[in-house]
Amino acid sequence: MDGITLQLFAMQLFTGLALGAIYVLLAVGLSLIFGMLTVVNFAHGAFFMVGAYVGYSIYQYIPNFFISLMLVPLAVACVGMLAERFLVRPLYGRGIDYPLLLTFGLGYIMVEVIRILFGKQGLPVDTPELLQGSMNILIGQFPIYRLFVIAITAVVLLGLWLFIEKTSFGLIIRAGARDPQIVRILGVDIARVWLIVFGLGTGIAGLAGYLSAPMQGIAPEMGGSVLIAAFVVTVVGGMGSLAGAVVAGLLIGVVESMSVLFVPEAAKVSMFIIMAIVLLLRPQGLFGRSGLMS
Amino acid sequence: MSIDIQAIPASPKTGIRHWIATHRVLATLAFLIVFPWLMPNQSVAINILIYGLYALGFNLLFGYMGMLSFGHAAFLGVGAYTAGILIAKFGVAWWLAIPAAILVSALAALAIGVLAIRSRGIYFAMVTLALSQCVYFLIYQFPLSGGENGLRGVNITEIGPAALSLSLLDPTVKYYFILCFVALALWLLSRILASPFGGIVEAIRENEARTRACGFNVERTKLITFILSGAFCGLAGALNAIHLSSVAIETLHYETSGLVVMICLLGGMGTFFGPFVGAALFMLIQDMFSLWTEHWQLYVGAVFVFLVLFFPKGVWGTLLEKLHAR
Repeated sequence: MDGITLQLFAMQLFTGLALGAIYVLLAVGLSLIFGMLTVVNFAHGAFFMVGAYVGYSIYQYIPNFFISLMLVPLAVACVGMLAERFLVRPLYGRGIDYPLLLTFGLGYIMVEVIRILFGKQGLPVDTPELLQGSMNILIGQFPIYRLFVIAITAVVLLGLWLFIEKTSFGLIIRAGARDPQIVRILGVDIARVWLIVFGLGTGIAGLAGYLSAPMQGIAPEMGGSVLIAAFVVTVVGGMGSLAGAVVAGLLIGVVESMSVLFVPEAAKVSMFIIMAIVLLLRPQGLFGRSGLMS
Repeated sequence: MSIDIQAIPASPKTGIRHWIATHRVLATLAFLIVFPWLMPNQSVAINILIYGLYALGFNLLFGYMGMLSFGHAAFLGVGAYTAGILIAKFGVAWWLAIPAAILVSALAALAIGVLAIRSRGIYFAMVTLALSQCVYFLIYQFPLSGGENGLRGVNITEIGPAALSLSLLDPTVKYYFILCFVALALWLLSRILASPFGGIVEAIRENEARTRACGFNVERTKLITFILSGAFCGLAGALNAIHLSSVAIETLHYETSGLVVMICLLGGMGTFFGPFVGAALFMLIQDMFSLWTEHWQLYVGAVFVFLVLFFPKGVWGTLLEKLHAR
């Protein structure tokens, strides 16, 4: 323990927060889609990966990171909405397993399409010039890009919160999550709401993918392990709870990076240990309502 | 009871179809015995046999009890690594290594099952997926597993006593050697399904709340079924290790978990013969398409999505339905 100073500890904490921020973005979308449509989107990792590749392609034509960062969620949301409209929608009312199986197959196809278009090898992605280097955050030098990821995540979450809590469309979303039947009776076109929510969730996943690209590069398989992490986050936080997704996402990210520091052998399994503990003590998740899943 | 009457097909009680329905193990076996002669090569036939067994174990949980697990690669992998390590590192005989593999994968299923069945419905798929990923990392780091490179040297060339020794290097011998285990598994599964316990398993799929209200112990049934399912998959893993003389770390990858879901759905979940139909379809698509395109996964994925949308009962399930409707 001698080598571990307070500074190193704080650094690792921030690294964990940046990692957790990516998990949060994925889990929020997953949770949003589940809360509204009761669809567990197994293609969420694929949308994450597609986001990274779309951003990479846009950047080839418009070499401005911030513009491509704006365009990525829109483009991925369009793909997501097409998928919802033509593939997921016919399955509503056919049991909860079918949309799950369908999105799994969809993810399979998306990964293969990207392999055909961009090749099997991963590609490196440069950190945008403006965000290169590190800055002093009182405890020491910290990469600017990771701070940027944390900041963007905070902005997205704030925007999402305002959208859901303060707009009339958000009110429909909240009502639809509670009782879609009544909302439909009140004259709301719930199918349109579902379409938009699916687009929103997948768009955020795409954004997360592009954000993570400079940190880890891009590869067709990049969505797989992240999807599993997002599942762990939603199970720990509680399915359908946005607050749960945020808290659990950051928790998992920090625990993962802390275990790299203290018990490197257990780094990969640390999140599963947390999940196991939560399942034993509080099966519905930290913020989940009990009985939601039955 | 009106549901029961509807469920019984209107077919006469005699004839070949009735015989097949009442002797499903023998019918399946009869088919599997002639099967290698219908295939392009014996290696594909062995793969289909092993993955059919893997899907059979999965089908018990998903098809008959209605619980969708996305983590069955863990049991296939634990079975393969247990048998593989025992044979390659400790020189244990195959007739000891295979039961040991079944036992260890049943224990792994117990550990994962205790956690996973606490989560209901849709959670279950996510929790099993996550826990199987945990198994992946544990075995990856296990000193004897060979890590990234996988485990090599699981060499079983001779079976039987010295005088009657058979060479497993002959693919036909290997096929029938593996078929012996598959036959045992088929018989056991048929007995499980026909037993009162099997009745509770299917009752849980149809209506969990009512089964509980009838006084059956739903949690215990779920756990036992999960363990049995894991044990079948462990056997498939052990046989695969012997078949390939090695174990790849990809066996434990979550795509292997997804694979069995696809196979089961392709064939027809909740049907006795469906897993083998699904395995045959999957392996043949892979075998054919990989000849002219390296992107065969695209076609497998497309076929899968098509089936989910239009034929959720799978190929065999749809066929059975058509036969019964006649």
